[in-house]
Order: sequence, then structure tokens, then C-alpha cells
Amino acid sequence: MATKAGKGASRRACLKILAAAAGGVAAGVGGAMTVGKLGRAPEGPWRVLTPEEARLVEAVSEQIIPSDRDPGAKEAGVVHYIDRQLDGPFKRFAEKYRTGLACLAKTSQAMFGKAFEELGWSDQTRVLQALESNKAPKDIWTRPSASEFFGLIRDHSMQGFYGSPRHGGNRNYASYKMLGLEYPRVIGQNRYPDKKG
Amino acid sequence: MANKHVNAVIVGAGAGGGVVAKVLAEAGLSVVLLERGKWHSFDDHTDDELFNQRTTVLGNAYGPDDARYCRVVENPDGSTRTVLPSEGGYNNNAACVGSGTLSYGAMGWRFMPQDFQLKTLYGRPEGSTLDDWPITYDELDHCYERAEWEIGVAGDDEGNPFAPPRKKPRPMPAFPYNKEANILIAAGKRLGWHPFAVPMLRNSIPYGGRPKCIHMRSCCGFACPINAKCGTQNTVIPAAMATGNCEVRTDAVVSEIMLDGRGKARGVKYFDIDDRLQEQTADLVVVSASATETPRLLLNSKSKLFPNGAGNNNDWVGRNLQGHCYCGANGLMDEDIYEEAGPGACVAFSDFSHGNKGLCGGAMVANEFISLPYAFTNTRPPGSARWGLAHKEHQRKYYKRTIRVMGPVQEMPVFDSRVRVDPAVKDHWGIPVTRLSGRRHPHDVEIAKFVVGKVEALLREAGAKSIWSWVPGLGGPSGGQHQAGTCRMGNDPQTSVANRYGQVHEIDNLFIADGSLNVTNGGFNPALTIMALGYWVGEYIVKEWKGGTRFRA
Ligand SMILES: Cc1cc2nc3c(=O)[nH]c(=O)nc-3n(C[C@H](O)[C@H](O)[C@H](O)COP(=O)(O)OP(=O)(O)OC[C@H]3O[C@@H](n4cnc5c(N)ncnc54)[C@H](O)[C@@H]3O)c2cc1C
Repeated sequence: MATKAGKGASRRACLKILAAAAGGVAAGVGGAMTVGKLGRAPEGPWRVLTPEEARLVEAVSEQIIPSDRDPGAKEAGVVHYIDRQLDGPFKRFAEKYRTGLACLAKTSQAMFGKAFEELGWSDQTRVLQALESNKAPKDIWTRPSASEFFGLIRDHSMQGFYGSPRHGGNRNYASYKMLGLEYPRVIGQNRYPDKKG
Repeated sequence: MANKHVNAVIVGAGAGGGVVAKVLAEAGLSVVLLERGKWHSFDDHTDDELFNQRTTVLGNAYGPDDARYCRVVENPDGSTRTVLPSEGGYNNNAACVGSGTLSYGAMGWRFMPQDFQLKTLYGRPEGSTLDDWPITYDELDHCYERAEWEIGVAGDDEGNPFAPPRKKPRPMPAFPYNKEANILIAAGKRLGWHPFAVPMLRNSIPYGGRPKCIHMRSCCGFACPINAKCGTQNTVIPAAMATGNCEVRTDAVVSEIMLDGRGKARGVKYFDIDDRLQEQTADLVVVSASATETPRLLLNSKSKLFPNGAGNNNDWVGRNLQGHCYCGANGLMDEDIYEEAGPGACVAFSDFSHGNKGLCGGAMVANEFISLPYAFTNTRPPGSARWGLAHKEHQRKYYKRTIRVMGPVQEMPVFDSRVRVDPAVKDHWGIPVTRLSGRRHPHDVEIAKFVVGKVEALLREAGAKSIWSWVPGLGGPSGGQHQAGTCRMGNDPQTSVANRYGQVHEIDNLFIADGSLNVTNGGFNPALTIMALGYWVGEYIVKEWKGGTRFRA
């Protein structure tokens, strides 16, 4: 049956890797916001992700659904969706996230000598393309494979952006508004609960 | 305290089991209907796109849950993997009162007369166990009619020259077409095809004391907020309870059919809501647990006379697992064709159900249920960007401009596509779990290729610019929400599990009434046929009972 993600040791290992990848910036303790050359971590509280991991997930998700004339993943709170699910139905993916995020941080260092969040937009895109096509350094990625991890975070980002707001993402009905879909969906009662829309 | 002995215990309150409960209770038999799941309503999960019965990334809204259930799937190379109910490989339908009929898309099809006689009509393809049903369409006609009237179907046969014959119209008028359907109708007619309205187990007018449909875009996969969808949970099961003869016991996980030394069923063992093992004895047992759970229960019920499981002395229990070889195509249109008029699917063509040269059967094709925003992120022409700005632009531009037409291709039964019980893996209650193995018959893929060609032609004629299609491969075992065939009915005990009345060969007081009985699964969604079989089996039991047969162990 479902394997319980054994957090403990590997979690600490990943934190170390992340801290190293971030160029020695002190890892956030007890949920405190990290301020440093990578900027503030997104506002918690976090259930599973560390503030550093949350910042990285947010950056990746924003690449997956960038903001333009409509909000992107960051504004829609996709990282909050992911963090919440990792404490619920996605517990079984927690270990993959932990390892995958650490490997992503390493990949960014290996490709550009910088943390992912420090990269310019198009270099970030290149890193993710390398993951998607499994062209990221093989010595960094074993399990999960780069493309498997990318597929996972891509899919979860889509869920967070397009799914029901009750799970922490799709804030302010961002995607429903973008697609011109009324909500709630009962014909004759179409309206957004908030007035801003 | 021991449970009171009853006339009939029914396992599973889904499409088949719900109907049997009504027929038996109305005839005056005392009935206990055991269901492993619970009663559900829309409020439990509302219109959540991530947590329903169709998109299950956060779980199955209407069961089973990932914490207590799992299955084992055999990969083509013989290795195995354990799958959770919310994962595709599990081949889930549902676990709640009503089962899939609470949340289904509610297409309410009759199979065609030909669907009951494929072997006679077309011959048996090599490598298949294809057979005719032991009953004909004409024999089942009045049971379809009861299902249509007692559960509720909207539709007419206008425009469909291939419609199966009927004695009585459906009780509710057909639903109006939406915008995309009107485009497909015009295109289909130009091709010389015959469009008609999809029959729906859904209220087009107030019916059965329930209101008419309000056209939620989230319909297929969701319970209805106003109960306008007609499932067994809001029709036949309440009717059974209203007789005073039927008790519905939920959270009751049946682990075994108890068989006595003479090979008769004594009742069942089940785990109650507190995981306590209980016994429910009965004069007769009806198993309606679905095509993937009914064989599991039979195989887990071993006795001296049936060392390989109840009714399994000829090794046919669990064989011939079928679903549908679903194929179809998407097309991108130049203008918005989306209309906020759920569930979306509303027009069909039966031109390719039968009579396709060199092919054994076929499929009806219909426009598809509305794709919700997350699901749509996976609907892309091959080679398109799956993320980034290009993703977003496609989502914005084409969410309301994509037509999907698909067809449930009838599958050839294959002996080694099957349900077994796993020798090692057990569920929360310690019951050996379902193990699925086998592959499709290659002929299914041939039919699907043919049908897809027709669908592409239709979309092209409708003005779609970019069209891309899919045909399933041989894959792992088929099944899914349309699972069927694993305890098929037949006249020959050497090649079937039950007789033409769903009575298990060699065990007079053990019946099956669900999709397991289907010899073949039609080129249509199967729920109405399974409901009709519920009436068919139930009526036989009542006739025998009234004639003095007491079935007792
Ligand atoms: C999202 C969705 C859409 C669908 N759309 C359509 C459609 O448009 N048209 C159509 O024709 N069909 C549709 N279906 C399929 C349809 O619901 C099934 O074909 C039908 O319900 C199968 O009937 P059944 O009696 O064989 O099994 P089920 O209806 O699955 O009933 C089996 C019941 O037995 C219970 N059970 C199983 N094991 C045990 C046990 N050990 N102890 C106690 N209880 C047990 C289960 O919980 C379940 O309630 C859809 C299904 C889903 C999920």
C-alpha cells in the first residue's frame, strides 16, 4: 500500500544541499522568512516545504504558467496548493519533491553556476527544458529522473492553477476568469463570490 | 448480536444491485443490501475538478479511498505493481450507494440486437472467446423499458434509423442540442450520416419527484446538486426501502460468501463500520459488486466443493475482462463553439455501430462531456508546448474552440484478460486484493482505427483546422468505468459462470447481477444494460420464489 515518506534524514540532507546551492544563505529556521540575495521566500506558513523549497517551487511554477495580461502561477498561489497536498493526498510524492528540488538546484548550479531563482527568465526556461527532455546531467538525476520530476511539478502546477480554489490555489478564481468561465456554475446564478472580478 | 436471517442478501448497491433490491423488496422478500461505501451528495465534494470520480488526482470523491484499498496490476512483462484507487491502473468505478450511477455522465443506452449475437453475425476472431449472449435483445426489451421508466431516461429515436426496436417510448423528451452539437449535426448530415440525441439518465423535465436538469458544466464525474441525474441511489434504492422490506447497510465490506457442505450459499461475511466481522445469513445471495469485485469475492469464497472459489470449478470466474477500446479525435475550430450547457455530450451517430466491412462490431460516436480547465491542459495537438506562455495562450484561445468526438469500441473477450486475487497483497481488512492482467485483442485496435477515421472525417467536415486523434494500444487489461464480462452468462457451464438468469452454475441460490454477466459489452456505455439485467435476474428470482422455490441452503 502507500509508502510512508520517511522524512527525517533525507530532509536534512536536502536542506544542506539547498543551502549550499543557494550560495551559503542561511536556511530558514522555524519558518522564518529568508532574506538574502535570493529575496524573500513566499509567505508561509508551510506544512511540508521549507521556505527555501517553497521559493523554488514558486519560481518553477511561475515558469510553467507565467503571468502576462492574466495572473500566473505565483499570483494564483500554486505553491500553496502544492504544499497543502504534500501534507495530504500527495504525501506519497513528498520524498520525490525533496530529492527533485535538491537536484534541480544542483542542475541550475551545474548549468549556469547560480541558484535557479537567481537566473534570468530565459536561463530558467533552459534549465526546465533540460529537465523535461531528460538532458539534465545524469549524475545529478537518478531517482526521480529529471523528466519524471518535471512532469510531476508541471502537472501539479496545472492543478493548482486550474483546479478548485478550495485547495489553496486558483486564488481569486484567476484561471476561471482568464477562461471566461462563470463561477459558481449553476446556470442562472453565475457570479463570482468576490466583487473584484 | 447476530443479524436477523433474511430472504435475500445483495452485495453492492450500484447499477445492478440497486435494481435487484427493488424488484425483490416489492415482491415481498426481506432484503439486506450491503454496500462497502456510504451515501453521498453533491455537498460532500461540490464541483471540485481535482476531486471527483472522473479526475481523481486528489482522490475518488465517491470511493474507494486510497488509505484502505489497493490492487495489483500485472505488467505485460510479467512484473507487477500495486496501484491505488485514485490511480488509472486500478480500473475504478466507484464505492458508494449508487456507485457510478451517482456521478456518471448518464448516457442511457440500449445495446442493439446485434450486440447480443456477435459470434453468429461475424464469427469469432482468433484468440478471442467471443460468444453470443444466451438471451436476445427481444427478451431483454421489457427490462430496458422498466429501467427507462423506473429510473428515468430522456430521449427519442428521431433521426436514428439504427435505433433498436422498442414497444414504448422513453418517459422524457430528448435534451436540446448545444452549439457544438449543431455544428456536428450539419456536418454529419452533409456526409450522409444520421445524427440523433444521446439518451440520458437525466431529467429533461421534472420526473420521479425530482427537478429538471440545470446543465452544470461539471456533471460527468460529479453528484448532481439538485438530483436531476437518475441513478439507483435516488430511484430504485429509495423505492426498495419504501416497501419496508429492504434495509440498506452501508460501510459493509463483504469478504466472503459462506457456502455449506452441499454447495449452497448460506449468506455472507462482512466487516462493519468498526471493522468487526459480521455474518448475514439469507435464503439466497445476489452478488452485484461490479466486474472487478464480483469475481474477487467469488474467488475469495473457497469451500470443499469449490476449492478454487465459488462457481469456479471450470476456471471461468474472472475471465474475459472487458471495457471499451475508446478512441476519438479532437479538432480546433476558428470560433467559439463552447456553450455553458453541461454536461456537453448530446449528439451521437450510430452509423458505424455495425455492418462495417471486415470488422466485428463497431461503436457509436458522440461528442464528449465538457472538458474542465485542468483536464484541458492535457488536450493539445501533438508536439505543442505543454507549459509556459504558449501553454497559456493555447488554453485561452482554444478552451472554447475544441470539439472532441469519441466512440466506445466494443472489445473482443480474451480468456487471459482477467481478474484474479493476489496471493500476497491484502487490503485494510486482510482480504486478498484484485489482481488484473492481460491485454486487448488486436481486432479492437483495428475497429478503433476505422472508427477514428470516421470521426476525423466528421471533424474535418465541421470545419476543424487542426485535428488529432488517438487509438488505444493493446495496453494492459481493459476495464475502467465500463468494466464487464468477468462472470459471463451462458448456456454451457464449461464456458460461462452463470446461466441465462444470472444463477451461478452449480449453486442454485447464488446469483450475479452486474456488469460481470455481460458476454460482450456493446459499442455503447453499459449502465442501462446492467440495470436491465438487474430487472431480468430479479424477475427470475421472484418468479421462482412465488412458484415455491425457496432457494434455501
Ligand atoms: C464518472 C463516470 C461516468 C460514467 N458515465 C457513464 C455513462 O455515461 N453511461 C453509462 O452507461 N455508464 C457510465 N459509467 C459507468 C457505470 O456507472 C457502470 O457501468 C455501472 O455503475 C456498473 O454497474 P455494476 O452494477 O456492474 O457495478 P457498480 O455500479 O460499480 O456497483 C458495484 C457496487 O458494489 C459495491 N461493492 C463492491 N465490492 C463490495 C464488497 N466486497 N462489499 C460490499 N459492497 C461492495 C461497490 O462499492 C459498488 O457500489 C460511468 C461511471 C463513472 C464513474
